[in-house]
Amino acid sequence: MIEFTDLTKRYGKFTAVDHLTLHVPARGAVALWGVNGAGKTTMIKCLLGLLRFDGRITVDGCDVRRQGRAARQRIGYVPQELAFYKEMTTYDMAEFYARLKDAPTTRIATVLEQVGLGEHQDKPVGALSGGMKQRLALGLALLADPPVLVMDEPTSNLDTAARSQLLQLLVEVKAAGKTILFTSHRIEEVEALADTVAVMESGRLHFTCSSGALAQRIGLRTQVKFMVPGHQIDLALDILRGDGLAARRNGVGVIVDVAHGEKARPIHALGRANIEVIDFELE
Amino acid sequence: MNGKIIWTLAQKELRDALHNRWFLLYTIAFIGLSLALSYMSLAGAGIAGFAGFGRTAASLINLVLLIIPLMALTVGAQSLAHEQEQGTLAYLLAQPVTRVEVFIGKYLGLALSLLASLGLGFGIAGVVLALANGAGSPMAYISLVGQTFLLSLTMLSVGFLVSALTKRAGVAIGIGLFLWLTFVFLGDLGLMGTAITMRLPVEQLLWLSLLNPLQVFKMAAILDINATLDLLGPAGIYAMQEYGAQLRGVFLMLTALWILAPALAAYMRFRLRGDF
Repeated sequence: MIEFTDLTKRYGKFTAVDHLTLHVPARGAVALWGVNGAGKTTMIKCLLGLLRFDGRITVDGCDVRRQGRAARQRIGYVPQELAFYKEMTTYDMAEFYARLKDAPTTRIATVLEQVGLGEHQDKPVGALSGGMKQRLALGLALLADPPVLVMDEPTSNLDTAARSQLLQLLVEVKAAGKTILFTSHRIEEVEALADTVAVMESGRLHFTCSSGALAQRIGLRTQVKFMVPGHQIDLALDILRGDGLAARRNGVGVIVDVAHGEKARPIHALGRANIEVIDFELE
Repeated sequence: MNGKIIWTLAQKELRDALHNRWFLLYTIAFIGLSLALSYMSLAGAGIAGFAGFGRTAASLINLVLLIIPLMALTVGAQSLAHEQEQGTLAYLLAQPVTRVEVFIGKYLGLALSLLASLGLGFGIAGVVLALANGAGSPMAYISLVGQTFLLSLTMLSVGFLVSALTKRAGVAIGIGLFLWLTFVFLGDLGLMGTAITMRLPVEQLLWLSLLNPLQVFKMAAILDINATLDLLGPAGIYAMQEYGAQLRGVFLMLTALWILAPALAAYMRFRLRGDF
């Protein structure tokens, strides 16, 4: 559905994307993974025709450079930084973009309901919360029912509740058969949504893997901070280290470095030693 | 090119103009001043209606020369730069629209906003003039409105060019204000200084002054009202003798050039930009 062929984008002497070739299959979901500056957003901007580039990008056979409108007609885009006309009401905003996308205005109410904004259609966009704005962005992207959804860090500015709500919506959208290309820093988002992950490094495609294998391939680790009773901290450290975990003291508790998918392991170890875990948090 | 998309974008620009405090301020100032000038000109002359229009028109021309370029330049300068700064332009261009549609839609919307603003100002002043007497031909007045609209388009095009060349609205407005000063004050002063120190022949003086679109407007408006440019001095007399009946065509051509050239340059810059 989406083909990046030998995509290269340079800013002067800096190469943001370097001879990248990637295929996103129809109805597939591909996540672009990488640190800031890896070239993920640049790829998306090239796909949308916002940046000039070398190489070739097609969407459903439409060349982005030569058939830009046709290519974008097939894409619903959710940007990283929401840029809306704040004075417009939610409905007016949806109507404006529906007209640009040549989508029937009868779809507006359906889409606003779908993203949970049916009750907020008369509110100015500037008065919506961050989570609502992000859902509005998703709603606008779905207005013309495009086959492709492209999202740049769709949950980066949301709190936990709003993120979970949006992720649920995205899972439903994926189940409806959309082709999805998105960037993310969050492993749980990638695991929930993506089939394949394209790991990028310095503008190059480092490797691709299934979303389930990502954490292991990149050696993703998590630091878990445990609060235990003060008189049991030394014992807790001994137990954890004895279990092969990298643990160290941190004020009133201990910090343990664990592999992704093993976050419960220290809890079990401490439980077996009858050490009370008062609280814990992930970093 | 899709006319429906262009009209959608133009409608949005019109709606935005209604929420733009600067635009509303300029419109109110223009209406207030044109009304006051019409009233005072008529009262001072002791005559009323379109018969006393010459005096009113002279005042209105000076008012137009000050306010309309400022209004159109700042509105045009904000057009693309403000949206780029806000990030809304990139989002807009990520939709199934082409850059030419976005450019024309914005230009058309702002041009219609300016026309509405001018229509209000001139309309109210015109009603006052007509109610005062109602005699005489309104054609000269309508012609002045038309010339003013063309002037606003020249300045809008220049404003769009500034906007296409900058990324920040503040910088664009700053450049717009500088250009306004240049067109309104510095250009005239520079021309006068050059003419005196270099003892320019009257022909060169005329053409140099016609490089300024405000001078083109002034001469065209005076010609419409007065049927001669004699009151502009040697350059006016020379223009009448040399070009006579062709003058209107010359003015129209220069105005069209000032509308099209900056607008085309702005579009080319906008089309070729790849940094959204």
